[in-house]
Amino acid sequence: MTHLGYLIAGWGIVLVAMALYAVSLARRGRELSARVPAERQRWMTTPDDADTAGFVR
Amino acid sequence: MREVWAVARKDLRIEWRSKVVASQVLPFAVIVLVLFGLALDADRSTLRSFTPGLFWVTVLFVAILTIQRSVSIETASSAFEALRLSGAAGWKIFAGKALAVAAQLLAIEAVMLLGVVVLYRSSFEDPVLVVTAALAATVAIATAGSLYGVLAVGMGVRDTILPMLLLPILAPVLVAATRAFDDGLSTAAVNGWAWCSLLACFALLYAIIGGVAYAVVLEDA
Amino acid sequence: MAITTAPTDKPVKLVEPGSGTGSRTSRMLGVACLVGVAVLMVFAFVLTEADLVQQDVVRMIYIHVPSAIAGYTGFVITAIASVMVLWKKSLWWDIVAVAGAEIGLLFTGLMLATGVIWGRPTWNTWWEWGDVRLMTSLMLFLVYVGYLAYRRVVPSAEVRARRSAIIALVGVINVPIVNRSVEWWASRTLHQQSSLSDGKLEDLTLFTLAMGFVVFAMIFAWMLIHRFRIGWLEVQADTVGLQAAMAERRAQMEADIDDAVAHPGIGADTNADPNKSGPDDSGPNERGGAA
Repeated sequence: MTHLGYLIAGWGIVLVAMALYAVSLARRGRELSARVPAERQRWMTTPDDADTAGFVR
Repeated sequence: MREVWAVARKDLRIEWRSKVVASQVLPFAVIVLVLFGLALDADRSTLRSFTPGLFWVTVLFVAILTIQRSVSIETASSAFEALRLSGAAGWKIFAGKALAVAAQLLAIEAVMLLGVVVLYRSSFEDPVLVVTAALAATVAIATAGSLYGVLAVGMGVRDTILPMLLLPILAPVLVAATRAFDDGLSTAAVNGWAWCSLLACFALLYAIIGGVAYAVVLEDA
Repeated sequence: MAITTAPTDKPVKLVEPGSGTGSRTSRMLGVACLVGVAVLMVFAFVLTEADLVQQDVVRMIYIHVPSAIAGYTGFVITAIASVMVLWKKSLWWDIVAVAGAEIGLLFTGLMLATGVIWGRPTWNTWWEWGDVRLMTSLMLFLVYVGYLAYRRVVPSAEVRARRSAIIALVGVINVPIVNRSVEWWASRTLHQQSSLSDGKLEDLTLFTLAMGFVVFAMIFAWMLIHRFRIGWLEVQADTVGLQAAMAERRAQMEADIDDAVAHPGIGADTNADPNKSGPDDSGPNERGGAA
């Protein structure tokens, strides 16, 4: 296979960057969800009368 | 139209009395021109062929300082509140502020043009083109800058964000103005008037966007 | 589809705090993404042939072009969401806008990185200044770097939503001008003109590229779902924090009132003054007794 170095660099950067971003998303999500009560965890199931200041859906 | 003039005159009068731009920004522009000369080792043919690019990069730096000043005179004494309460339409305030910035930039550019003739030995082959391009580019920079200035400066937001927001937006102005000057100072064989029309398009676009968006921004200034 | 209301005795399934932004659907999507990447790599490196001219480096196309499309999709989502923020004055769309921008920035960055790496062996240069698409993408990238940086420094959520929407839209409106200026400036372009249309690509290569689009679309969707949920949780955490602080203040104030009622005369002159005592005073006294 020609240009193996370029291919490893290109594919490597893409896969590693996507994996790192995915991991950071999961971690941010876990940290934040620990601070929010169960009924407000998801937009879809948050009760309409919950105080969501400034939110127009 | 009266309100536009009133806002512009107010800004220019503040500048006339405080001399902040004249005593700080104008010398800065000259210093940058000298530094470019030193950095490029004063090889005169190189310096001369780079003149348009160096000139407009310097103008962009100067514009950032001028715009920051233009916004800070409003935020310093919470004058945005007064402007909003004056009842003048947002676009009129925007036009006035942009006009004042453009006037100050044009004055600095005039001095800088003199500077490049003396320091870089440039010569005007087509003065009409040079002046038209400078006018169009300055209006473009002043309109885009006045909108981004009020978005980014003062108001509890760090002032350092302005260059990050403004410079990528002004990249096409840099390209077009440099090319137009290439023709006007005959440092490269290009069609300067075509570039001038691109500058005019940009200026018009940002005048319209700024006029529309300024009212939204002023609401929570 | 029939619209039915859920019976009240059926408990609503709630997400436990601390369980993160994942759900059954998103986990299935995540697994599909991993499998998709593995299959894509098999197709890209084993089953497809090398290009006659570009040789094996052509295998970069399976990630470069999908990255580009994903990046632009992210920015388009941000632009649409920004319009909705200004039009509907909705913070919900602001969450969508920042999700699109962050993911768009990631993929545009990957597109630029793979482009640079691909450019070196094919054009013999890392960076080609004269390339219109490359320069336009870079400018768009920088605009959105500024957009995200700007969002970090504006404290108020509503002001941030409105103003960053303006910045995003101005950046997008600017694209045609950037495009035109770079085109004239360079007056030539190295970029291969859309290899898809001229039938140059072989069938299997085309199929693998299409698979790349699908895999990247799945990854994009997974990221968008999770990033949106994070944005939602950020807002909810702020609201909950604010409510907790307000409840604390209220409890403190009520305790102070109870204190004043229980010990009249300490800093409560009106209660101690017999001339001012009247039917109005019964209210606080009753509450104090009940507490």
